[in-house]
Amino acid sequence: MVASQLPDAVQGPGPVDVVLNVNGATHVVRIEPRVSLLDCLRDHMNLTGAKKGCNQGACGACTVWIDKRRVVACLTLAIACEGREITTIEGMAENGSLHPMQKAFLSEDAFQCGYCTPGQIMSAVALLDEGHAGSDAEIGEWMSGNICRCAAYPNIRTAIRDVRDGVGGVRSAAG
Amino acid sequence: MTTAIGRPLDRVDGHAKVTGAGRYSAEIALPGLAHAVLVTSRIPSGRVELIDTYDAERAEGVLAVLHHLNLPKGGSVPPLLPSLFGAAASGQTFFPMQDEVIHYAGQHLAMVVAETLDQAEHAARLVRITYQETASITTVEQGRERAYEAEKIFAGFIPGRITRGDAAAALDRAQVTVENSYYCAANHHNPIECSATTAVWEGDRLTLYDATQGPNATLHTVAELLNVMPSHIRVVTNYVGGSFGCKAMIWDHPALAALAARAVHRPVRLALSREQMFSSVGHREEQEQRLTLGADRDGRLTAIRHHKLSPTSHFDDWAEPSLGVASQMYACPNYEGVYNLIKANTMTPTFTRCPGEASGMFVMETAMDELAERLDLDPLELRLRNYAETEPMTGHPWSSKGLRDCYRRGAELARWSERDPRPGTVRDGNWLLGWGMASSGYPVTPPGNPQRARARIFADGSAVVQSSFSDIGTGSATAMTQVAADGLGVPLERMRIQYGDSDLPNTAAAVGSAGAGMVSAAVHIAATALRDQLIAQAVADEHSPLHGTDPRQVAVSDGRMALRDRPGTGETYAELLQRAFMADAEALGTWNPPGMDTPYGTMTFGAQFAQVAVDPDLGLCRVRQLIGVFDPGRVLNRKTAHSQLMGGMLWGMSHALLEGTIMGPDGRWANASLGEYLVPVNADAPDVVVETIETTDTVVNPLGVKGVGEVGMVGTAAAIANAIWHATGRRHHRLPITIESLM
Repeated sequence: MVASQLPDAVQGPGPVDVVLNVNGATHVVRIEPRVSLLDCLRDHMNLTGAKKGCNQGACGACTVWIDKRRVVACLTLAIACEGREITTIEGMAENGSLHPMQKAFLSEDAFQCGYCTPGQIMSAVALLDEGHAGSDAEIGEWMSGNICRCAAYPNIRTAIRDVRDGVGGVRSAAG
Repeated sequence: MTTAIGRPLDRVDGHAKVTGAGRYSAEIALPGLAHAVLVTSRIPSGRVELIDTYDAERAEGVLAVLHHLNLPKGGSVPPLLPSLFGAAASGQTFFPMQDEVIHYAGQHLAMVVAETLDQAEHAARLVRITYQETASITTVEQGRERAYEAEKIFAGFIPGRITRGDAAAALDRAQVTVENSYYCAANHHNPIECSATTAVWEGDRLTLYDATQGPNATLHTVAELLNVMPSHIRVVTNYVGGSFGCKAMIWDHPALAALAARAVHRPVRLALSREQMFSSVGHREEQEQRLTLGADRDGRLTAIRHHKLSPTSHFDDWAEPSLGVASQMYACPNYEGVYNLIKANTMTPTFTRCPGEASGMFVMETAMDELAERLDLDPLELRLRNYAETEPMTGHPWSSKGLRDCYRRGAELARWSERDPRPGTVRDGNWLLGWGMASSGYPVTPPGNPQRARARIFADGSAVVQSSFSDIGTGSATAMTQVAADGLGVPLERMRIQYGDSDLPNTAAAVGSAGAGMVSAAVHIAATALRDQLIAQAVADEHSPLHGTDPRQVAVSDGRMALRDRPGTGETYAELLQRAFMADAEALGTWNPPGMDTPYGTMTFGAQFAQVAVDPDLGLCRVRQLIGVFDPGRVLNRKTAHSQLMGGMLWGMSHALLEGTIMGPDGRWANASLGEYLVPVNADAPDVVVETIETTDTVVNPLGVKGVGEVGMVGTAAAIANAIWHATGRRHHRLPITIESLM
């Protein structure tokens, strides 16, 4: 970063106003600069869909999108997301109707306890857009950043295939 | 009449889970919520010489720093008692922060409460503890010389030595013996949701939002620990993000959350970190087993000697019952099982999915495969020759046993008869291919106290069934909705389930694969009691078309009561209630479980088949297929039951190939993270074939439900290890089977 791009004033370590665009709406939150995007969403914005499983980027339960790309929110500082478009599981259903991937997870029983599920779904939808759902092996590889301790993995692959192939009328509008 | 039971209904809590709307126990938004963070011991043994909280107390946002010098003392620590008993169920008989003594690394030494989580985490790092360390034992290897034979284990319910016949004499006379030592690494449950409690006091009443397998277990344990009347505590468990046993017993954090909330006069959330999950909620202990099988030349077992050695804590004699199912699987007149323990600087081990069955049956089923090899017998044929027609320890008949059908169907699916019995003969490029099989079994254990549910119907014909159980991801809430709909005779869409709240009718914790059986019993009794009550009301009501008829001749379907032989004669529940100006009607159902001394062997059985590919140059093992066929009694929901069995089988694969917590030389777990404690990811998990063989069981509970939560894991590790032998010709006696050992 060149000097001219540095902010005028030092921010923090105390709380500062941070402007975040989450699921299409603009929010101003007052947080310390050290707060992760995950804690910001969960504890400061009451958006608890992104889950905390390890807080060190190993489990994927906190997967959200920044500018449509999947990231682990626990390793992302909220303040670094100003000017970005953040999408969470709460932004997936449109007009109260579930996203095709959400429907497929339901009908294929692609979860048990449900705790990793928001992260799995955020990854699964992104995976289709990335073009990484060509085969079961490819799906397995590109979904391996999201641990499901209940081990619903085969059903997760089936749900993703369903959406990819339009089985049961659940084809993604984007796909 | 059954229309809903068995159907592959989507989960009733599924919408909340796929939308992220479901609130888990660390996600309850409350005004004034403060955050607690634990400070844990860095040494495994010794004492706190000095605890310096000066900087922590003055850090921004800090409300309190609690430790052994200032934590208000409460009540007493209840005895170790499995939460299936429905009473207080402390995970260990030790409560921290009462004195300066350190028994194990990771022991909770202090708790910082602050306005925000970041402030609490920061201040926790400012607490400075000076230790006086003493010598410690944390592994089997270090403690071997101090081992002792346990008098009793498993909270006192299982004797340390179990015998039938004379194993020593029979082994002397045996025509063939197979003897080996086995090792299983310690395991940690690692549900993706870390344990968490949110505590709220209103005067002298306490509400806990707790991630638990048993809201009532939390209630009774916290009541004793804090000396608060049980009637003043409510435990709410809306969603649980997995458990696998680490939320089966009640550890210290719910009580600590309550103490913190009382200290700061605010609601407090205490969520464990992932690292803390490795030393706060128990584990499956590291263990050695030595198994000797004696047999005649036809392969009939004449003797089994099975000894186990494992570390436990300084306060409790705990070992997972690894000998149990292994002692019940085959007909064999002579048996000797012994649990040896080592007092070590660890916390008390605890239930971990298939507690004992997974490790013990890995040993037994690996040995059976070796015996088959020795005798040049097909492994499946060897098992059939030793089929236990009655329960081997007691001679009692089985309440139900579909194992022969499981073997037959599993063998068919796996095309077992086409397998070349010689090892190392099938290749696919660099991969050596192998097929292995194993038996599976998991005991059916009744809860210790009456199980209750309440059914209520409203004048519009809609109904709700209420029971306190928590659904940890098993699908129990969905299955209970089906049971209630059938029992009352109303359509599924008019039946709602309410659960996960200790204010609702009592159930024990959802543990030991017993949840579906015991709660379905209560729900079924409540729903059918309400049905019978309404039929009786109709028969007695002179304005009812059913007036004066024989209530036994009335059946209910779609919310309408009608005569069986004249379906035109009848009326709906709604018509009956509305005519009587009744807004609702309700009934309580109580199931009194059979005692432990029921004269039957009770077990869910199964057969496991695995195909593996091993690259011996790289030490890689890929499981290509898992096939499991089980006899769980009645299946309440085919979709969720099969998911449970599939998950169990993949847990077995993980037990075989991935999972192991390693004790470091400093007496601390060396790989306490999800980056270093390996669990399967999507690419590790093969497709899994699950089938169930429905057996009728009139002994275990009213609907004949034997349970599916754990049996899926039993035998999988052995089936994989046996398949690896078939692929490579090498036996593996240590879990996990690592790359180094495969090269």
